[in-house]
Amino acid sequence: MKFATYMAAYMGLETSVVGQVAKRLENTPRVPVIWEHYQECTCCSESFIRSDHPIVADIILDKISLDYTLTLMAASGHQAEAAKHATMEKYHGEYILCVEGSVPLGADGNYCCIAGRTAIDHLKEAAKGAAVIIAWGSCASNGCVQAAYPNPTEAVPIHKIIKDKPIVRVPGCPPIGEVMAGVIVHYVTFGTLPELDRLNRPKAFYAKRIHDSCYRRPYYDAGLFAESFDDENAKKGYCLYKVGCRGPMTYNSCGTIKWNNGVSFPIQSGHGCIGCSEDNFWDNGPFYERVSSLNSFGIEATADKVGKGAAAALGVGLTAHAVAANVAKRKELKSSIAEGTRNEKNVTEE
Amino acid sequence: MSQRIVVDPITRIEGHLRIEVEVKDGIITDAWSSSNMVRGIEKIVCGRDPRDVWAFVQRTCGVCTTVHALASVRAVEDALDIVVPPNAEMVRNIMASALYMHDHVVHFYHLHALDWVDVVNALKADPKATSELAQSISSWPKSSPGYFSDIKKRITKFVESGQLGIFANGYWGHPGMKLPPEANLMAVAHYLEALEWQKEIVKVHTIFGGKNPHPNYLVGGMACAINTEDPGGLNAERLAYVGKLMKEGKEFVEKVYIPDLLAIASFYKDWGAIGKGFGNYMSYGEFPTNGYRDISSFKFPQGVILDRDLSKVHDVNHRDNEEIREFINNSWYDYSGGDEESLHPWEGETEINYTGPKPPYDYLDIDKKYSFIKTPRWKGKAMEVGPLARVLVGYARGNEEIKAAVDGVLSHLNVPVEALFSTLGRTAARGICAKLAAGWGAEFYDQLLLNIKNGDSRMANTERWEPETWPAEAKGVGFMEAPRGALGHWIKIKDGKTENYQQVVPSTWNASPRDPKGQRSAYESTLIGTPVANEELPLEILRTIHSFDPCIACSVHLYDEKGKHISQVRNLSACEF
Repeated sequence: MKFATYMAAYMGLETSVVGQVAKRLENTPRVPVIWEHYQECTCCSESFIRSDHPIVADIILDKISLDYTLTLMAASGHQAEAAKHATMEKYHGEYILCVEGSVPLGADGNYCCIAGRTAIDHLKEAAKGAAVIIAWGSCASNGCVQAAYPNPTEAVPIHKIIKDKPIVRVPGCPPIGEVMAGVIVHYVTFGTLPELDRLNRPKAFYAKRIHDSCYRRPYYDAGLFAESFDDENAKKGYCLYKVGCRGPMTYNSCGTIKWNNGVSFPIQSGHGCIGCSEDNFWDNGPFYERVSSLNSFGIEATADKVGKGAAAALGVGLTAHAVAANVAKRKELKSSIAEGTRNEKNVTEE
Repeated sequence: MSQRIVVDPITRIEGHLRIEVEVKDGIITDAWSSSNMVRGIEKIVCGRDPRDVWAFVQRTCGVCTTVHALASVRAVEDALDIVVPPNAEMVRNIMASALYMHDHVVHFYHLHALDWVDVVNALKADPKATSELAQSISSWPKSSPGYFSDIKKRITKFVESGQLGIFANGYWGHPGMKLPPEANLMAVAHYLEALEWQKEIVKVHTIFGGKNPHPNYLVGGMACAINTEDPGGLNAERLAYVGKLMKEGKEFVEKVYIPDLLAIASFYKDWGAIGKGFGNYMSYGEFPTNGYRDISSFKFPQGVILDRDLSKVHDVNHRDNEEIREFINNSWYDYSGGDEESLHPWEGETEINYTGPKPPYDYLDIDKKYSFIKTPRWKGKAMEVGPLARVLVGYARGNEEIKAAVDGVLSHLNVPVEALFSTLGRTAARGICAKLAAGWGAEFYDQLLLNIKNGDSRMANTERWEPETWPAEAKGVGFMEAPRGALGHWIKIKDGKTENYQQVVPSTWNASPRDPKGQRSAYESTLIGTPVANEELPLEILRTIHSFDPCIACSVHLYDEKGKHISQVRNLSACEF
């Protein structure tokens, strides 16, 4: 029930629907899932089992029937492949196909073979009878690290191969565990995919820039930055933009849901966002160089413009964060924090 | 008559692994280990900023997440002569200890247990007897008859649904399954508990590194600045959180994992004589307590044991051109010096040339090259790496703490030290490592608090952060003892960019194909002599292969340029632009 409330709230549902969600979660027959692994590092599977709500044991015992996954299934070899084929036949048109990993086109697909067959072959076969296809993580969504320059194996995301079906893209390296669980549970609960943006990402989790949900945003707006790692400003938790943070151009839930049941996220732990849910992020470096398109910005007066520019460049309709701070307050904010004199009263007056 | 058995995919591992074996009269007479997936990460990092490389190579593996990041930052720091602050060393150690706990527990329950535990047979268990069993081996509180009764009901409902999910087509009822129903039910209950537990211990990584899998590292230290007086820094609340998680992690290892391991192992002592292998073991050592360059300060010592001779431990020199070298005679690559050539990782080449069978295929062409994994050798010898190797090296080095832990397990199981050289020994050694790491994790945590209390709040050394401060050319090696064994990264830096990068990882040592002398690596060697009860069911093969905890995406990291032949290779550098 706690999860149902959370999910309902997250998906913007009325409270009256919460009971319905909970009931559906309890009574839905388990949806068969085939989870393929191609060119990947298994971080998506690992992230999936980190989900806190629901916990993965509840997902695989009560909500879905995870009939094929190289990471967890008991059977190997022929027995594993037989289990997959049984599901593809028995539940043709009904199963969810989850794909972790990119597909190499180089050398006729020989760079990734399972059971003597290429990943291209496996993907096409499994996609045929799938009701829904989910591209887990950046590998399946955009090619990720192996597709970075010079992309030696000609790795491609799965939508380059499967073109006749919609594919839900859940990017991130890896995606947040609760986001992965959320996408699955949405389908299991409502029988439909969550609403997607124009890049086929679930809006519930990818509609906002990390920058817009970052608790360090006020420092950005006030022009207070860490100049280098572990300097005095870094210790104070100032904005990491100058040490390369990609928060201003990255759409993900890290600032809201955070990681591992809300414990932290990269920026909170002192390292800039590397933009791991964005297409081509590996080639958008070096990571510790400030984002070049934002280079000219100096004070908060232009920060709003910058935010709008980044959003427009990505073509997503988004209400840019309204910048409240102003230049005159910057010094005051800085010194009041330093002196420990900033309190609720000061804030109200500001 | 001999018969060829193919197991592909090997599941419950990281990556893509294929095993082919010859079986004669119910015994494995020969074996071939092959990986058939490649991405090319080493090639991709060439030309990039060395400070960024940890993030790329971290994506080598998301199961043993952190190890490649740590090896990489160590390699760059070694090349640039950067010494990290003591706090950063402790934070890295705490993160590594947490990983040891996580990785070994998840391996035991989720990747290995289903080779020994019969899930369906658990339905025959008496919950009361299961409770008695559980309480006889541990003081873990979740052990009432009602608890096990609920688990049994849940699993019964699951099985009766007809949708067996991840348990479909498992090896239930196989004659090799020896546990009584009560032990099976206890193990299934702990399978589920461990699945829930594992998401907690990783929060240590989230606090220091912002997320898990793939927390953030930093060349020169760590990014999580300490400030006990500000909500934006690593403060008392964050540190207390880490302390709680480490304590709970240790408790689970001591009260659930170790008792289960010993209880299950006691039914499978025959596996103390199966899966022996060639008997050479190598550990790089881990957990520096006085800087990475002071190997004598490591908690797990470094060294090599040859021919199971525990009376002598040899030293390892990662920089010596003659010690660690990689062959490609059975791997789908070309070397400019030819197929019989071997190269030290600093001079490593990676030119792919797939010459295997055209898919779809039934069998590998084992007379030719048959894997994407290269074959590393130490002074020309095959080495087994992993928990068993590091425990044996510690034992042979006379480390009192390690010796006591090993002797404790041997006396509990009432088996001689020779039983360690086996499939069972590998699995037991993993538990010993988790227990040791859990204890040391607490020490590292205390040390971190003490440092901070003494006024040291440094977390990163940024003196040589800017490339202008670097020499025109530099090279370094970053090694670590990852949970799966000896891991090394070698980097060459030129004009501020990565000129060459090579990774030689644990599963490269263990899973590789034969070398030019025909010497088998660990997987192939240990499978020989293994009995197979039913050629249709590869249970025994899985037991020995899983005892290594394969991590195959790690072991393959080469690149290819389509249509490029050996004659077009310009020079020995793998990273030309």
